[in-house]
Amino acid sequence: MAMTKGDGATGPTAGRGATRMSGEAGRAQSADTAPSAARTAADPDAAPAPDAAPASRRSHVPGAGTPGADAVERARREMLHEGNRAHQDAADRRERRARIGADVVCEAILRQDVNVLFGYPGGVILPLYDVLGDHPALRHVLVRHEQGAAHAADGYARATGKVGVCLGTSGPAATNLVTGIATAQLDSVPMVAITGNVPGALIGKDAFQEIDITGITLPMTKHNYLVRDANDLPRVLAEAFYIARTGRPGPVHVDITKDALQQETNAPHPSDEEIAAGLPGFRPTFDGHPRQIRLVAEEIARAKRPIIFAGHGVLIADAMDELRDLAERTQIPVAWTLLGIGAIDETHPLAYGYMGMHGWKHVNRAIQSADLILAFGMRFDDRVTGSVKTYAPYARIVHVDIDPAEIGKNVAVEVPVVGDARRVMAALLATLPVTDPAERAEYHAQLAEWRRESLAGSWHGSGASRSGYLTADFVIEQIGDVTNHDATMVADVGQNQMWMARYAGYRRPHSHLSSGGLGTMGYAVPTAMGAALGRPDKSTWAVCGDGGFQMTIQELATLVQDHIPVRIALLDNKKLGMIRQWQEIFYAGNYHSSNLFGPDFLKLCEAYGIPAWKATSPEEVRPAIEAAEAVDGPSFVWFEIAEEQNVFPIMPAGKGLSDLIEKWGGADE
Amino acid sequence: MSDTQQPAAHAAPPPRTVPGTGAQRRHVLVAIVNNRPGVLNRVASLMRARNFNIESLAVSHLDDPEISRMTITLRGDDVNVEQAAKQLYKLIDVLKVQDVTDDPTVQHELVLVKVRATDRNRGELISIVEMYKARIVDMAPDSVIVESTGTESEVDALIALLRGYGIKEMVRTGTVVMSRGPQSIEEATKR
Repeated sequence: MAMTKGDGATGPTAGRGATRMSGEAGRAQSADTAPSAARTAADPDAAPAPDAAPASRRSHVPGAGTPGADAVERARREMLHEGNRAHQDAADRRERRARIGADVVCEAILRQDVNVLFGYPGGVILPLYDVLGDHPALRHVLVRHEQGAAHAADGYARATGKVGVCLGTSGPAATNLVTGIATAQLDSVPMVAITGNVPGALIGKDAFQEIDITGITLPMTKHNYLVRDANDLPRVLAEAFYIARTGRPGPVHVDITKDALQQETNAPHPSDEEIAAGLPGFRPTFDGHPRQIRLVAEEIARAKRPIIFAGHGVLIADAMDELRDLAERTQIPVAWTLLGIGAIDETHPLAYGYMGMHGWKHVNRAIQSADLILAFGMRFDDRVTGSVKTYAPYARIVHVDIDPAEIGKNVAVEVPVVGDARRVMAALLATLPVTDPAERAEYHAQLAEWRRESLAGSWHGSGASRSGYLTADFVIEQIGDVTNHDATMVADVGQNQMWMARYAGYRRPHSHLSSGGLGTMGYAVPTAMGAALGRPDKSTWAVCGDGGFQMTIQELATLVQDHIPVRIALLDNKKLGMIRQWQEIFYAGNYHSSNLFGPDFLKLCEAYGIPAWKATSPEEVRPAIEAAEAVDGPSFVWFEIAEEQNVFPIMPAGKGLSDLIEKWGGADE
Repeated sequence: MSDTQQPAAHAAPPPRTVPGTGAQRRHVLVAIVNNRPGVLNRVASLMRARNFNIESLAVSHLDDPEISRMTITLRGDDVNVEQAAKQLYKLIDVLKVQDVTDDPTVQHELVLVKVRATDRNRGELISIVEMYKARIVDMAPDSVIVESTGTESEVDALIALLRGYGIKEMVRTGTVVMSRGPQSIEEATKR
């Protein structure tokens, strides 16, 4: 039959209009007789006469009598009537029942040495919840919103280096996961997101809670799958974990139909070798090409003002030791990106500082005068470079990244090296001679002078309070100090994120988690949840502004219910601070929608049963942090900070690293 | 000392080149991909999301039914198209990508054109078709279907001539391409 645009409204069922219009009453009347008549209809495509009596009406099931239509009917019944096994004893059940797709999911997660997953139940994922109790080694954390599950999996992954797992049902749950999946994608975080979907036969029918979620996650995942057969599950899940953590990490989404979760299967779990062999299209390059390594060594030998950039790739590749050795051997200072924080101990003599839009002036100055940039595991994001035309005008660029597509994407580079940061650094260390510090004495003296100027020039360190309120940098410094710079610090997004990057003082890898690429407000609390469960040996702090905190405030209940020891530091300026700052500087003080009402956070915490403190004067800050740190379980500190405090320096959009604004309206930060 | 001034006195440096701002030209990419549901969508979605403009895309499975071959023509500068190729290669279902723009290749496409034809001009039409090594594959009282294969410009030239008779309907497959000589992109595929 011919279908052209325009007659879609009537379409293939046009001829049955009269029957359709007979309405609910007619339908109910004929309910007991119509189905049998319909099933025996000789020619299902013959349209009934417009005035045909209801008794002879054909079935409402498209293609009734065919195996496909029967499957749809069975699936519909399944959607409405859940299994009646819920009341059976779990242990008894485990012994008696066969292994089903849902068991495969649990086994596959446990095989990855992952023992926590974050999720929220719903219609079509219930078969999985039906067997979760049979896999006691797997801890399920019930979040309050699926976005929290995805962020928690992200936090777990960033804090441990393992793959984070989150779980949700179809439709709205799946779309709620999307923000967290996108966050993981832009920050290269290994994650497997599992969603249920409607039974296979109902896919494409706009069934209850059905949405084309694999179509939605396709552009924001490293890979995704729709699984309709339980026998595919062991392979698909093993591939998902393998892809998520191998090479440049990223999120992988696995969408599983309800009937596949319930289907019995004996399919075995494949080994990593079998998985790799089955993925000919996925062969990341780990070792840098020897010729390129030689070229890098030659660049280093020639350079007079070289600088090393450490990005997230250094942390992902576990190349912290190699980075330090490389810096020491060559006497080259190290600057870091937002996600590269922790790649080198900030107290190391060659650690120079945080770069970019809100980076330290001395660091950006060094970049603008450098003659060689050695960039490891970073992607020259626009927040790092500003205007590319004026970026590092004297520098030749060596770019090392495991993802070949990152090289040459944002800036043209002189020496590309595709490879894992650790292996490339190790290869370089084997060829590079030791540089005498005296050779670089003049350069280091210049850098030290710039650093002194930069630290003295900014208001940083000039006070703990202003106009009767606390200053954010003072609070963050105190948290860093009280926790001995060893806690896992999770930043939210906005001013607080930049203050965290600049002032907390990081000494340990993976001690700073931040939504760098996507800039996801509401990130801190749920992510800290996952980080705290992943690294229970470290204290975990979520530092938020009052805007971001109120975006995922519902996870306070999760912290209490699961007794997760997250310390929340709320930097409350009753503003969307970064919005206010942009409106002040770039929109001529035209403030709109940057004022924020918040509740009495002490009462809020009381309602949730979370011990909470409030600090409004500098002398209250440290005791409050110490008190929160001593709590067994979640705790909260409310800091009232000055609303007019800005993050300086700031690089205006479209400008370069040399165009930093350091003051505005007489107030330098 | 200002930030952009380096320690030694130096002329101001030229601005850094921004990738993707070079001369635009037509490129042809050949991609060997898994023949699985959704792979075409992945490729198309990636090209859209990363702002690459596809001129034509031809897909078919190979002798091995497990894999397919895509011929993608797009416009862009060399860096830009290299970026497209690298991004394509990152897709798990893409096994190999090659930019064959500057290689010696055979690049052909097929076109079917339904042209108005009357008793008066049918003979004239047939002679044009013969001259262009095309053929008539269907004939009706007032129309014919002309089939032709050739390079994009050969096909364009034929269509320009046929336009005078009145084109009722037309379909072009888009360019498919194969390197000249013994080398085989399929044999070189990572499998």
